[in-house]
Amino acid sequence: MVSSVTNLGRSGVYDWMVQRVSAYVLALYTIFLLGFVLTTDISYDTWSGLFGETWFRIFSLMALVAMGAHAWVGLWTVTTDYIKPTAPRFLVQAACGAVMFVYVVWGVQILWGL
Amino acid sequence: MANIKTISYDAIVIGGGGAGMRAALQLTQSGVNTACVTKVFPTRSHTVSAQGGITCAIASADPNDDWRWHMYDTVKGSDYIADQDAVEYMCSVGPQAVFELEHMGLPFSRTEQGRIYQRPFGGQSKGPDDPTQAARTCAAADRTGHALLHTLYQANLKGGTTFLNEWYAVDLVKNSKNDVVGVVAIEIETGEVAYIKSKATVLATGGAGRIYASTTNALINTGDGIGMALRAGFPMQDMEMWQFHPTGIYGAGTLVTEGCRGEGGYLINSEGERFMERYAPNAKDLAGRDVVARAMVVEILEGRGCGPEKDHVLLKLDHLGEETLNLRLPGICELSRTFAHVDPVKEPVPVVPTCHYMMGGIPTTVGGQALSQDENGKDVVIEGLFACGEAACVSVHGANRLGGNSLLDLVVFGRAAGLYIEERLRDGFETTAATDAEIERSMARLKRLNNAREGESVAEVRKDLQNCMQLYFGVFRDGDSMAEGLKKLDAIGERVRNTRLTDTSQAFNTARIEALELDNLYEVAYATAISAFERKESRGAHARNDFTERDDENWLKHSVYFPLEKRLGKRDVNFAPKTVDTFQPKVRTY
Amino acid sequence: MLVSLYRYNPETDNAPYMQDIELDIPKGKDLMVLDILNLLKEKDPSIAYRRSCREGVCGSDGMNMNGKNGLGCITPMSEVVKHDKLVLRPLPGLPVIRDLVVDMSIFYKQYESIQPYLINDEPAPAIERLQSPEDREKLDGLYECILCACCSTACPSFWWNPDKFVGPAGLLQAYRFLADTRDTAQAERLSNLDDPFSVFRCRGIMNCVSVCPKGLNPTRAIGHIRNLLLQRAT
Repeated sequence: MVSSVTNLGRSGVYDWMVQRVSAYVLALYTIFLLGFVLTTDISYDTWSGLFGETWFRIFSLMALVAMGAHAWVGLWTVTTDYIKPTAPRFLVQAACGAVMFVYVVWGVQILWGL
Repeated sequence: MANIKTISYDAIVIGGGGAGMRAALQLTQSGVNTACVTKVFPTRSHTVSAQGGITCAIASADPNDDWRWHMYDTVKGSDYIADQDAVEYMCSVGPQAVFELEHMGLPFSRTEQGRIYQRPFGGQSKGPDDPTQAARTCAAADRTGHALLHTLYQANLKGGTTFLNEWYAVDLVKNSKNDVVGVVAIEIETGEVAYIKSKATVLATGGAGRIYASTTNALINTGDGIGMALRAGFPMQDMEMWQFHPTGIYGAGTLVTEGCRGEGGYLINSEGERFMERYAPNAKDLAGRDVVARAMVVEILEGRGCGPEKDHVLLKLDHLGEETLNLRLPGICELSRTFAHVDPVKEPVPVVPTCHYMMGGIPTTVGGQALSQDENGKDVVIEGLFACGEAACVSVHGANRLGGNSLLDLVVFGRAAGLYIEERLRDGFETTAATDAEIERSMARLKRLNNAREGESVAEVRKDLQNCMQLYFGVFRDGDSMAEGLKKLDAIGERVRNTRLTDTSQAFNTARIEALELDNLYEVAYATAISAFERKESRGAHARNDFTERDDENWLKHSVYFPLEKRLGKRDVNFAPKTVDTFQPKVRTY
Repeated sequence: MLVSLYRYNPETDNAPYMQDIELDIPKGKDLMVLDILNLLKEKDPSIAYRRSCREGVCGSDGMNMNGKNGLGCITPMSEVVKHDKLVLRPLPGLPVIRDLVVDMSIFYKQYESIQPYLINDEPAPAIERLQSPEDREKLDGLYECILCACCSTACPSFWWNPDKFVGPAGLLQAYRFLADTRDTAQAERLSNLDDPFSVFRCRGIMNCVSVCPKGLNPTRAIGHIRNLLLQRAT
């Protein structure tokens, strides 16, 4: 048993699950957007109309949170693989965490602040 | 103390194979401060190569099976010079030892009833009155030795045994009373030499098949324990008895298990004839190993060998079908493809009798206590020295070992040695400490080697030694040629004492280890040669062209080789088992 | 043939180097790489490598041959030599003691970390514990491991985190005991593996499968462990 406090869920299964579930959400979101772009005549009205729908705002927020979590698990793994000294590794991890947090909050502001 | 590091234990086991680890496990479990000193990481020991199984009357294949039948087979197989009290102990305690292994996790193959799978092996019957082939060899596919060795290592990890891995024991240390009080050993990684002090020293160093040019044995089987004991002046028993396994892969020497024939495979000559029917009409290919090996050599000598050189025979397996081969003999299929470039599913495997097992060794009691003889030929105990496994001669194999009995020997007598030593230590067994000079004496060989400026390379001398043994002391022996062989051995001995190290560095110096191993090979070879020359009869694995018959009047005895005088003595065979009637010597037919 | 051999003696060399040796190969025989090494050692006894059974069951002579890990004793020249050249290096990722001999302590430590022994605290029966052939079959492809370390030292995840990631060899054995119907410590074993490193550092690269000299499949075993962990957690 290796102890770790910096990973997302404290447990390997949890992180693994988060990575998989968030991947599904991101894949669905991407497919939906692609489909929308291909099947709809894109204009300011159709685009802002889509983002005006509450269900789509929720879907977008879900994708945003999923991206935050997915990126966190992934980058945490990369940093533990490649950055061996503790201090730089922790700093990079903290920076990644801060960026992810900013993106999520900023995203919420964009989605509901319009 | 001498100016070398000293490490102390209550007991040390030299060798991390099946016997050594079983002994170490027993001692550790009893709370004895024990270290297992092994020149290779334990799972690299030669037990790992054992394939077919462990013979034991656990009454799985036949619910009426009886350890007494196993005992009868073993005594008959030994050509009646196994000690019957020891065989009785092994066969009766065997089931318990095997069940213990299963409880430790050994992944035995299974029957439909969920019990341990047993296969037929050579020399197995249903007792003196019923020669029907029995199936008594417990198997984990054809990787029983691997499964057993790994299971024992795992059990030792669980039990917390101390291992000194990649430490090479150089020589025994004796005190003023000629008791053994530990060993001088080298830590191979660093080259550091230490005196490992111990009240009980167990030699579980395995065999020495590498004295022959063609052997199934691992490269590490150099008889280190035997060599150390001989140099310390202790006698060896039945050293002329070397088993040649019928089925070594031609050209490579790697073993294919007797289990191949147990599962229904058989040997054929160049005419496609199943020749064992002529030599052993009843047991056929499952006669004793000595019988089958000799029959093969006779076929080859009479011109019915296979291949362009007519120098081997074939083991036919393809009729068993791919499914059985993959289920029961997967490792054999792998080995045949790698080393014989033959797929047993389609073609027969080229095989030739190959040196396999040393029946002789350090004479011991059932509890592993090493023995010597006094002037009157009476057994005397060598205090502090114990042995088990192939290095020991209890003797349960006599002049010929039955297949599957070696693994049983390892676990039964490894365990027994552990139990006995624990008892001795509990009774307060103590030895006198060795003086500095006495420790120094055990470093003489190492010092000679490290300071030798001139001399011959180890590889050359070793090759000549192996070829000499192969040529003059093989399956068939002859007085005149052995006399010539002995002369050659004397000359080789001179060269062995004059080897030189070109590399004297400390860190992982395998050249130094190989040079030290050569000394041991030579000790074993010389003991073998003298014993073979002096035993003037044919018995079991010892077959002489000039004395073709068994001579019970003079030689229903163990031979005992005394290294200081280079003399062969005799020792009585035990014919007094405790709970069954003695099996009287009879003509041995299969 | 040209053999390019990794040499390093800590007493005399500041740094490891490759030594090129020309070797005449006896004609008509497809020698194994270990045979080649033995021939070289006859000429230069200072070459260090481990070897024991010379038949692929003891796991001593794992090494890197022309870039791929394997056992010297069962790798024939015909399979590995390219353009009449053979490059021999120690197993990658472990500290080198001398020449082809590596320090395997961390590999063994990871093996020990998974409790590689049967745990069953129920009183043992007078005979063996029964197990059906079907249940026993679950151990096939697992118990055959020879601890040669070819797989773990071919695994990038093990290179990066040998102290935290159990590695393919250890995990294969972890599953060998999880799959054994005689073992009663499944929950405890799984708890020990449920961290972000021990199992989950496996990224399915499958180098382990491609190099295993015994043809075993650690990646599949790791997948089974992951499924057990998931079943337990959901």
